[in-house]
Amino acid sequence: MNRYPIWKYFLILAVVAFGLIYAAPNLYKPDPAVQISGQSSAMVIGPDVLANAQKALDEAGITYFGGEVGSKAVLIRLNSMEEQLPAKRAIQGALGHNDYVVALNLASTTPPWLSDIGASPMKLGLDLAGGVHFLMEVDTNTIVKNNMESYEQEVKSKLRAAKARYRSVDLVDDREIIARFRSEELRSLALSTMRKEFPQLQLRELGSGENLEIRATLTEQEVKQLEDYAVSQNLTTLRNRVNELGVAEPIVQRQGRNRIVVELPGVQDTAAAKRIIGKTANLEYRMEARPDELVSSKEYFEYRNETQRQMYGGAWLERQIIIKGDSVTNARVGYDESGFPQVNITLDARGGELMHRATWKNVGRRMGTLFIETRFEPVTEIDENGNEVTVQKRTEERKIISLATVQSALGKQFRTTGLDSPAEAQELALLLRAGALAAPMYFVEERVIGPSLGADNIKVGIQSVEYGLLAVLICMLISYRVFGLAANLALAVNLILLVAVMSLLGATLTLPGIAGIVLTVGMAVDANVLIFSRIREELRNGMPPQTAITAGFDNAYSTIVDANITTLIVAVILYAIGSGPVQGFAVTLSIGILTSMFSAIMGTRAIINLFYGGRRVQKLWI
Amino acid sequence: MSESKVENGKITEYMGKRVYDFMRWRKLAGIVSVVLVLSSIAVLAINGLKFGLDFTGGTQVEVGYEVTPFIGDVRRQLDEAGYDGATVVNFGSERDLLIKLPPSVTEEETQVSATNQEVVTPIGDKVVQVLKAGSEGNVELRRVEMVGPQVGAELRDDGGLGMMVALVLVMMYVALRFQYKFSFGAVAALGHDVIIVLGFFALLGLDFDLTVMAAVLAVIGYSLNDTIVVSDRIRENFRKVRKAEAEEIINISISQTLGRTFMTSFTTLLVLWALQFFGGELIHNFSLALIVGVVVGTYSSVYVAANVLMALKISKEDLMPPVKEGAELEEMP
Repeated sequence: MNRYPIWKYFLILAVVAFGLIYAAPNLYKPDPAVQISGQSSAMVIGPDVLANAQKALDEAGITYFGGEVGSKAVLIRLNSMEEQLPAKRAIQGALGHNDYVVALNLASTTPPWLSDIGASPMKLGLDLAGGVHFLMEVDTNTIVKNNMESYEQEVKSKLRAAKARYRSVDLVDDREIIARFRSEELRSLALSTMRKEFPQLQLRELGSGENLEIRATLTEQEVKQLEDYAVSQNLTTLRNRVNELGVAEPIVQRQGRNRIVVELPGVQDTAAAKRIIGKTANLEYRMEARPDELVSSKEYFEYRNETQRQMYGGAWLERQIIIKGDSVTNARVGYDESGFPQVNITLDARGGELMHRATWKNVGRRMGTLFIETRFEPVTEIDENGNEVTVQKRTEERKIISLATVQSALGKQFRTTGLDSPAEAQELALLLRAGALAAPMYFVEERVIGPSLGADNIKVGIQSVEYGLLAVLICMLISYRVFGLAANLALAVNLILLVAVMSLLGATLTLPGIAGIVLTVGMAVDANVLIFSRIREELRNGMPPQTAITAGFDNAYSTIVDANITTLIVAVILYAIGSGPVQGFAVTLSIGILTSMFSAIMGTRAIINLFYGGRRVQKLWI
Repeated sequence: MSESKVENGKITEYMGKRVYDFMRWRKLAGIVSVVLVLSSIAVLAINGLKFGLDFTGGTQVEVGYEVTPFIGDVRRQLDEAGYDGATVVNFGSERDLLIKLPPSVTEEETQVSATNQEVVTPIGDKVVQVLKAGSEGNVELRRVEMVGPQVGAELRDDGGLGMMVALVLVMMYVALRFQYKFSFGAVAALGHDVIIVLGFFALLGLDFDLTVMAAVLAVIGYSLNDTIVVSDRIRENFRKVRKAEAEEIINISISQTLGRTFMTSFTTLLVLWALQFFGGELIHNFSLALIVGVVVGTYSSVYVAANVLMALKISKEDLMPPVKEGAELEEMP
C-alpha cells in the first residue's frame, strides 16, 4: 500500500532534475564587462576591433580576461565593477565615437553546456538592477492637426479642379474643415468630389440660403490609423536613438493606445538618456550645387554608404536647405511597374509646398538627402574653480544618403528610384524615417532607481526570503515531524521549480516579485497542512496508518485544487490590470501556485510513500 | 449515534474531535463584523484613502546623504531653489530622505516634449544638485518617481475595476463549484476583509500605492482560500453527517478545519513578518496590508462566511448532488 509505480518516481526525479538545471544559471554571478557594437547594424565587428580594444585596455592598465567576438558585438570581461567606466572611456577613446558604441554590460558566466540547452538566469527588473524607466505619451492632437492642415490644401485644389467654386475653406479648431458655398449646385458638386477624393473624411451638410457649408472631420477609423502609424514610427525612431546610448538590454515598447515605455537598465546618466531620447529631426534635403556656384554658398559632403563613398567620394550641395526631416511624414519601400525597388516619400503640407517651389524650375538637376547624426561625447574640461568636470559635447555629422535626379516638379508625394537592391531601398526608407518623430511626445512618467538602491533591494529581498523560509521550515518540522520533513523537501523543490520556470519563461524578477516568492513560501505549505491535518483526523477516527495516509491525500485533493484555482484567478486579474511592479508580483504568485500544486501533492506523496509505503507501520510520526 | 457525543442537546464531540460551539457567538460576531465594516467605511468617508504617488500623480525623489542632514535645512534649501511646498521626511534611516515635490513640478516636467530642442536636465539631477550644494558630504540620488496626473488617474480606475472583476469572477466560480449561497458567503467575507484593510490604511493615514493595491488583491486571494477550505468541509459534512442541525454541522466543520486554518495563517504570517522586518522600506506597506488582511481573513473565514450561510438558511437539500433529470421517469415501467 501507498507505493508509487517506479515511473512516477522517475517522473518526479526528472522534473526535479529539470528544475535544478534550469535554475542553476542563477547561481553563476555574471562578470562585469564592456560590450562594443557598431553604430549601424550593417557594420561587421570582428577580431580586429577586439584587438584594438584590448590594446587600449593594456595601455590604460586595466586588467581584463576573455574576449568574445559575437555576430554583432564584442564582449570583454573585467575583474571589477569599478573598472567598467574607466574601461569604457579607454576603449571609446581608442576606437572613436563615430562608428562604435561601447556599453557597460554584465557577461553571463553560465557554462556553455547550460546555455546550449537554453538555460539562462532570470532578468533583474529596474528596481533590482537600477536604471531608468520613461513612459511617453504621443500627442495625438498634433497628428490630427498636421493631417487636417494638409487636407485643407488638398480640398482646395481638388475643388478648384472640379470647378466647385467655394467662398472659403478653413480649418477650425485644428480638427474640422469648413467649406462654404453660395449655391446648392456648387455644394452638391463639391460634396460628390470630396466623397470621391477623400474617403477618409466624414462629411456633414449644414447651413441654408447663401451660407451653405460642408463640414469635414477625420473618420474615427482614420484617426486610429494615424495614431497607430505615429506611435509605431516614434517607436522605431526611439529604438534607433536608444541604440546610440549603448545600453545592454533596453526595452522600447508600445503600451496601450498612444504610449511608449522606455526602460534602460543600468543607466546612471539620466540626463544623457533624456537628451538622446529627445533628440531632434535629422534630415535635410538640398539641391546639388551648380559647378559654377560660389564656394561660400555650397558645401561638400561625403556619402554615408561605404561602397558609394569609395566610388564617388562625395558631392557639393547648396547651403540652402529645402526641407528638414520633420517634414517627412512617411517613407516606404515600394516597387515600380517593372519591379525595381523604390522609396515612396510623403511630406506634410508645408513641406510639399516648399519642395514644389524648389523643384519645379530645377527639373534635371540632382537633389541630395543628408542624414545628420548627433552625438554627445564626454569631454573633460577645467571649470572656473579649477576642477575637472565632464561635459557632454554635442557634435553633428552630415552625410549623403541619396543623390537623385529630379525628373519632374515634386510635391507632397514623390519617389526615389534607381536603387540597386531592395535592401538598399529598405535602408534608405529606414534612414528617412529615423530622423523625425511622427508626432511630439511628452514624458508622462519617469522612474529612476539608483544602482545602490537596486543592490540594497536585492539584499533585503534575499534576506526576507531566507528568514521567511527558515521560519516556515522550523514551524513545519515541529508541527508534523517526519511529514513536516517531507513537506520541507517539497517546499525546497517548489522554490527550485519556481526559479527554473521563471528563468525559462524569461520573466523579470522585481522586488514585488520577491515578495510574491516569499508569500508563495508561506502559502505553498497550505496544501501540505490540509493533507496532514486530514491524515491526523483519520488516525483519530481509528483508521490504520496506511489507509489514513491514502484517505488524507485523497480527501484533501479537491479542496486544494479549489483553493488554488481561486487564488490563480486573482493572480491573473492582477497581471491583467497591473503595470510593472504589480505584474512582477502576479507572475511569481501564479507560477508559485502551479509549481506548489505539483510539489506539495505529488512530491510530498512520493517522499511519504518512499518512507512509509509497503511497510507494516504501527504509528505515524505526524 | 456513535460517531458523535451529545451534551445538553448539542454535539460536543465528533469523530473523536472536540467540537467548539462557534455558532453560539455568531450574533455577537455578526455585530462585531458589522461595526468594524461600518466604522471602516466611516473612516474611509471622513479621512479618505491617502493615495500614493502612483495614483495621484506627482514627483518624489529619494536621496541618500553621507552626512546626516537636518530636515529643516533641507527644506529651506529646496524652498530657496524654488521648490516651495516640498515635503521632506526620513525614509528608512535618518540619512535617507524622501522628498515629495509640489504638483506644479510634475506639471512642468510632464510638459517637456521629446522633440524639445534644448537640453533637458531630469528633475532628480536638479534636486541632487541643490542638495549637494547645501551638504558637506556627498548626496546620492537613490530613486526618482514622477507620474503624470493622467497616468495616476488611469491606474486608480484600473485598480478599482480589477477588484470588481476579481470579486465577480470569484463569485461565479464559487457559485459554479459549490452553490450560490456559498458564493454570497465568500463574497461577503472578501468584501469584509478588503473594506477593513482599506479602513485600516485610512485610519493610520498610510500611503495607498500600487504595491498596496497588489497586497489587497492578494488578501482577496488568501481570504478566499480560507473560506473555500471551510466551505468545502461544510458541504462535505452536510452530505455525510446525518441528523444534525445546520448550526451543528457548521460547528463541526469549523472545528475540524481550525487546526489547518491556524497553521496556514501562522506560516503565512511568519513570512510576512520576515518581509516586514527585512524587506525594506519599499514593501513595508505591502506586507502591513497583507498582515492585517491575513488576520482579518482568518477571522472572516470562520465567522463571516458561515454567518451568511446561516442567515441564508443553508440546508441539506441545497447541497445534495443534483438528481439527474428524467432519472425518475426511466424507472417507471
